[in-house]
Amino acid sequence: MRISVFITCFNDTLFPQTGRAMVELLERLGHEVEFRPEQTCCGQMHMNSGYRDEGLELAARMRRVFDGAEVIVTPSASCAGHVLEHEPGLPVHELSQFLTGVLGVEEVGARYPARVAYHPTCHSLRALRVGDGPGRLLAAVEGLDLVEIDEADQCCGFGGTFAVKNAEVSMAMLDDKLSAIERSGAEVVTAVDNSCLMQIGGGLSRRGSPVSTLHLAEILAAT
Amino acid sequence: MSSASRGGATFPQAAHVELRNAQLRRNLGHATRTIRAKRAAVVDELDNWQQLREAGAAIKRDVMANLDTYLVEFERAATEAGATVHWAADADAANDLVAGIVAGHGEHEVVKVKSLTTDEIGLNDALAARGVEALETDFAELILQLDGDWSSHILVPAIHRNRTEIRDLLRRTIGPADLSDEPAALAEAARVHLRERFLRARVGISGANFAIAETGTLVVLESEGNGRMCTTLPQVLISVVGIEKLLPRFEHLAVFMQLLPRSSTGERMNPYTSLWTGMTPGDGPAEMHVVLLDNGRSDVLRDPVGREALHCIRCSACLNVCPVYERTGGHAYGSIYPGPIGAILTPQLEGIGAAASLPYASSLCGACYEVCPVKIDIPRVLVHLRGLTPKRGAERRAMRTLAWLFADAGRYRRAQRLARVLPARVAGAGPMRAWTAGRDLPAVAPQSFREWWHERRP
Repeated sequence: MRISVFITCFNDTLFPQTGRAMVELLERLGHEVEFRPEQTCCGQMHMNSGYRDEGLELAARMRRVFDGAEVIVTPSASCAGHVLEHEPGLPVHELSQFLTGVLGVEEVGARYPARVAYHPTCHSLRALRVGDGPGRLLAAVEGLDLVEIDEADQCCGFGGTFAVKNAEVSMAMLDDKLSAIERSGAEVVTAVDNSCLMQIGGGLSRRGSPVSTLHLAEILAAT
Repeated sequence: MSSASRGGATFPQAAHVELRNAQLRRNLGHATRTIRAKRAAVVDELDNWQQLREAGAAIKRDVMANLDTYLVEFERAATEAGATVHWAADADAANDLVAGIVAGHGEHEVVKVKSLTTDEIGLNDALAARGVEALETDFAELILQLDGDWSSHILVPAIHRNRTEIRDLLRRTIGPADLSDEPAALAEAARVHLRERFLRARVGISGANFAIAETGTLVVLESEGNGRMCTTLPQVLISVVGIEKLLPRFEHLAVFMQLLPRSSTGERMNPYTSLWTGMTPGDGPAEMHVVLLDNGRSDVLRDPVGREALHCIRCSACLNVCPVYERTGGHAYGSIYPGPIGAILTPQLEGIGAAASLPYASSLCGACYEVCPVKIDIPRVLVHLRGLTPKRGAERRAMRTLAWLFADAGRYRRAQRLARVLPARVAGAGPMRAWTAGRDLPAVAPQSFREWWHERRP
C-alpha cells in the first residue's frame, strides 16, 4: 500500500523523531511511504481558538495537498479528528487505528523493554474512538510491561490554547494526572498525540520526575 | 438581579480564586466521583441507553423546530384545563407578572420549589423589593438562602458547603443551639422550620422540568417532597417555565423519565414526580398560573448550531464529569448555569460579550458530550461560540500571521528555521509564560521532519 504521511506542523517542528519513527515502522511493515512537502498545518489550533475562517481554510488546504492520496496516516489523533470533521471523505487515519483497523496488525515486530503506561488522549478516546487498539499494540511489544494509570480517561489539561488561556486550571488537571502516572510505577508514558505528551512531559520534567514521555510510534518502531 | 450572570470576573480570574480553596477541591472531587460512579452503574444496566439518548435528542430537535406550534398548543390545553397562561418576554416581565399575582392576593410570603428558571430571572430579589418574602423549601436552596450564598451546581446547589458549615449556619438561624452535624438531625431542623410555613403559605411558586403541549400538563421531578407540598398545599400555584421545556406529547415523557433521573442523581427513578394538568375542584390549588418565559431563548433558537443548548434538561451530568468544573467549582462560571452546559448557555442567553471567557473554559475533552442524555455536542457548540467572541488585537494579529505562514509551505519552512534560532528567553515570552509557569517547554528540534525527509530522499 502506498501511504501518504501527514506529519502535522507540531511534530514536524517539535517532535520530528515521531514522524521518522512512523515512517520507519510503516516501511518495516512493507509499505511504500510518501511525504508531500506542501503539507503544513490542518487548522485545528485556529478552529479551536475561535478563528473559524482560518481553521476551515487550512482544513480545505489539506484536501488540495492530499488530492488523490489512497490513504493518509498521521501520528496525531486530534489533528486526524479535526480533518475528518471538517473534510469528511479524506482518507485520514490515526496511526494506531490504521494499524489495528485497516491493516489488522497488532504484532509489529517491536522490542521495548520498559514499564510503560498508556494515556488515552481525549480526542483518541472520545472523538476517534480508537478503543483498545493502542493497548493491544503495546501488549504485543516484546519486553514491554504495560501498567495502568488510575482514572486514565481523565483529561491531562492540555486542550490547545486552553493550556495558556486557563493555565491555572490546566495545571490543576495536570497535577492530578502526573500523580496518577507516578503512582502507576511507569518508567515511560505513551499516547497517540504529542500535544498531550508535551503537557505531561513538561510537567514531569518540571517536577524532576524520572518518568519520561514517548509517542506510541517510537515504541512501535523500536527494535 | 435579573439575569443568569453573577459577578463580573472572567473565568480565569474567578478560577484563580477558587483553585486556592483546597477544601473545595477535595469536596468537589469526592462528590463528583461518587455521583459519576452512581450514574455509570445505572446507565450501564440499560442496553438501550444510546437509543434513549437518540430519542431524547430527536424529540428536542422537533420541539425547537416547531416551538411556535407547540407553545400555542400548550396554551390552549392548559387554559382548557383551568390554568391561566401568561407570556413573559424577559426577566422583568416575568417578575412583574408573578409579583402582580401575589399582590393581587394580598400575600407577603410565598413558598418555592427549587427552580433554576426563577433563579435565572432573579425572582426572589424582585419579590423582596416589593415586600414579598420567597422561602426556598429545597434543603440545599434553603441553606444558601439562609446564608446569602448562591448555587454552584445545577442539581446539588450547596455542593461547595460541607456539613460542619451547614450545622453552624442552622444553629445561627433556624435550628436548636445544640444541633449535631448528623444529616438526619440537619434535615429535621429544616423540616420543622418548613412544615409550619408550608401549612400557612397561600401562594406556591415552581418551575417545571417538562411542559406537555398536548395536554397542558406540567411536570416537576424532585427528591425531598417539598415540591409536592408547594404544588398541592397553597391555594394559588404559579409556575415559571422556560419555553424550551416543552414536550409535544404525553408519551414523550416516557423517554425523559428514563433519561433524567439516571443522568441526574444516578437513580433509576427519582423519589417524587408531580404532574398536574390545570385544576381539579376540591383537590390542590384553586388558582393556577403558568408564566412562559423567553428571556433570550428566541435569540438562541435563531442560531442553528447554538440552539442545541436549549435541548438541556438540567440533569447536571456534564458538570459531574467535567475536569474543569471539578477543579474550579460552579461559582467560577459566574452564572446560575455553571459547568459545560453553562459555558454554552450563559453566553447565548446573556449575549456573547457578557460572558466571552466562558466558551474557553474547557479543554474540549468531550466527556460532557459523552454523558449528555440528549446528546448535546457541547464541544462543538463551545468551538462555535469561540468563533463569535471578540478577540484581542495582539492575539488576532498573531493568529492571522500564523495562518498566513501555514498557507504556503515555503513561508512555513522559513519560519520554522527562524524559530529554531530564537533565543529561549524570546520563545518563552508572551503567552508562553503561562505555559512555563508550571511546565517545561521542549526546544525546537535541530532538524525538522521535512529536512530529514529531504536529506534522506534527495
